[in-house]
Amino acid sequence: MPVTDKILEKYDPKVYKNRKEHMTVIDPSESEKPISANTRAIPGIMTHRGCCYAGCKGVVLGPLKDTLVITHGPIGCGFYSWGTRRNKARDPEGSWTQYCFSTDMQESDIVFGGDKKLKTAVAEAMSTFEKKPKSIMICSTCPIGLIGDDIHSIATQIEAEYGIPCMAFSCEGYKGVSQSGGHHIANNQLMRRVIGADATSPAPPKISVNLLGEYNIGGDGWETERILRKCGIEVVSIFTGDGSYENIARSHTATLNLVQCHRSINYIAEMMKTRYGIDWLKVNFIGVASTAESLRCVARYFGDPKLSERVEQVIAEETAAIADDMARFRTVLEGKTAAIYSGGSRSHHYRKLLEELGVKTIMAGYEFAHRDDYEGRKVIPTIKDDADNKNIGSITVEPDPEHFRSFLDADRRRELEAEGVITEDYAGMMPDMTDGLIVDDLNEAEADMIMRTLKPDMFFSGIKDKYIIEKHGIYSKQIHSYDYSGPYAGYAGAYNFGRDLVMGMTIPAWRLVTPKWRTKTVLEGAVCEGGRN
Amino acid sequence: MRQVAIYGKGGIGKSTTTQNLNAGLAEALGMQNMIIGCDPKADSTRLILGGLAQKTVLDTLRDEGEDIELDAVLKPGYKGIRCVESGGPEPGVGCAGRGIITSIGLLEKLGAYTPDLDYVFYDVLGDVVCGGFAMPIREGKAREIYIVCSGEMMALYAANNIAKGVSKYANTGGVRLGGLICNSRKVEGEAELVAAVAKEMGTTMIHFVPRSPDVTRAEINKKTVIDYCPDTAQAEEYRELARKIDANRNLTIPRPMAQERLEELLMEFGLAG
Repeated sequence: MPVTDKILEKYDPKVYKNRKEHMTVIDPSESEKPISANTRAIPGIMTHRGCCYAGCKGVVLGPLKDTLVITHGPIGCGFYSWGTRRNKARDPEGSWTQYCFSTDMQESDIVFGGDKKLKTAVAEAMSTFEKKPKSIMICSTCPIGLIGDDIHSIATQIEAEYGIPCMAFSCEGYKGVSQSGGHHIANNQLMRRVIGADATSPAPPKISVNLLGEYNIGGDGWETERILRKCGIEVVSIFTGDGSYENIARSHTATLNLVQCHRSINYIAEMMKTRYGIDWLKVNFIGVASTAESLRCVARYFGDPKLSERVEQVIAEETAAIADDMARFRTVLEGKTAAIYSGGSRSHHYRKLLEELGVKTIMAGYEFAHRDDYEGRKVIPTIKDDADNKNIGSITVEPDPEHFRSFLDADRRRELEAEGVITEDYAGMMPDMTDGLIVDDLNEAEADMIMRTLKPDMFFSGIKDKYIIEKHGIYSKQIHSYDYSGPYAGYAGAYNFGRDLVMGMTIPAWRLVTPKWRTKTVLEGAVCEGGRN
Repeated sequence: MRQVAIYGKGGIGKSTTTQNLNAGLAEALGMQNMIIGCDPKADSTRLILGGLAQKTVLDTLRDEGEDIELDAVLKPGYKGIRCVESGGPEPGVGCAGRGIITSIGLLEKLGAYTPDLDYVFYDVLGDVVCGGFAMPIREGKAREIYIVCSGEMMALYAANNIAKGVSKYANTGGVRLGGLICNSRKVEGEAELVAAVAKEMGTTMIHFVPRSPDVTRAEINKKTVIDYCPDTAQAEEYRELARKIDANRNLTIPRPMAQERLEELLMEFGLAG
């Protein structure tokens, strides 16, 4: 029986048919099969996905350290989006990310509308802190959309009152099919209101980049930034890990955009290309070889021999510094297998790092990726807009006559393409896979079946299935938050990751526990007539 | 205790009919009644109270919190009829439907539903627009629905839509349709048309209330007809309505019509001509 049939065998025919389209077994002898993605989860299925608000506030806006991000809604939404993503931030004057602001909407606020409470909450936050934020962002959650608070006009009033930019995000949880819609909503508003808002900032050096889709989980962004700076590449802004309104407002002055997480930020990369002519390169700073490859790509793009020389020096130095450790980790990990289920990019990013450590990825999947994240951007023209996408809304931008410029001329671009430095493209995860299973929008039951049938040695996922994995006696590492560890990016990250996996493999605590239900029946009961008792 | 909800198209005369009906039940039959206005405009009890004297449940809740006395929101009016206005947000903000759910919940907690009550009436705004406005007919509150209508086309469309809402809850719970109350607009063949529509829905036209200037006169004086001019023919009509409702045992699960069938009936009874 094919592995997908085994995983799906419990479903009724309708669900079976739907879910089968979200799975594919990679077989290099066959031509690439399309995968179904970014569609509604089936009601009743325990999907691991999050909501639109989680994507907007939790992922994209939450990490901004100089911004007062306030959740307009009942307290739970705010609380559960507070600090759990481990997007670290450092600010000598104090970062706003450690706080949780919420309007704490209660029953009578729902009945009478929350506009006054929102203004009061902002006023309270503004008077509580001596240091003022550089901007205010309001993120609304489900009930706000239902009662129709006009958060956008309230934002305008708040902006007038405090003299700092205030923008609202209608990112109610029920919008779209997953977190993905929230990323798009955040991208749109950052494009409209923040990018390019600082018109007076002096131009950075020519060799300068923005790092897009790097949320500094466990300090990933810091490690990446350290390496880039060491190579002599100026980092103007990071979207949005340890990021700030201030830096993003001048991000239009950078020469090149580097895209780490394609799914959550490709909209901004595209729009900045249109408006400012800034090219973007898909990079991957997870893994020793991927980091080196990304650095070399950037160096070639700039075509500066000094930069290339420096990049080679850094690669040699950094690789050598961890080589012994990586080799040692590999002796422990060689031949192990992994399943990885992440949001929309990491499953691809970690593949090569795992390979370097001798671990084979036998299953990879995404919660909220679109088809282009699996199959590459070439399929974008074939993706049809549906009601869920239209509900999120796209914006179109025009070239900015004052700031638009082209770093590459046509000849140079052709030369680079011949060298394999291709801008504005992402080939997706599938071309890098020679075998293994891909699952989109995994759920509880399927994860369980995957562990039973594929028996991976380690499973990288999130908090929703962490403990189920451990009950299977399998090593679990949260790949969204890294549990308590990190950074996993760059060279220091590759070391940390290898060290953590070795610990997991050599101290298999959960496998050593024999739960009592394995040895005797713990359920007591009888089946009565008619199934009732 | 009979719990009754009155629905009908906006402006059809639900509040006027409900209050006059209550005055009839209290005056002619000596019943103990409570009216709960479920409309954010909070004008469902002004004829019983002699003006807009009532602070709404939701306003009180907002100003004073949950720790309030029943007296703060429940005022006795004509013949001791107890009056409550649920209230709600100003138009265009918040959620009036949620407000009704909140305020009925609070009334229950405060012990407004005393065993000596013969009737509790819910006067509900316009149509069943959302779950909140269906609240009185859910969860075993109102068991009987009367729909106020006239022979006008839009009033009957609305009545049919309300019947759809009622049938949904009737099939899962205990709510039933008691009948249609025709509040005459002096449309030709009105009584026959409304009676025919009622029959088609599986219910009856419980009473035909004729149009009368006495109603307007009484309203200007912030009173019900029975209170303001008890000796008029119109006052007798409301007493008759009260007697019929009190005697009504014909509670049914409505059979809402297909749009086409409703239009056929309208043609048949002369709206087209």
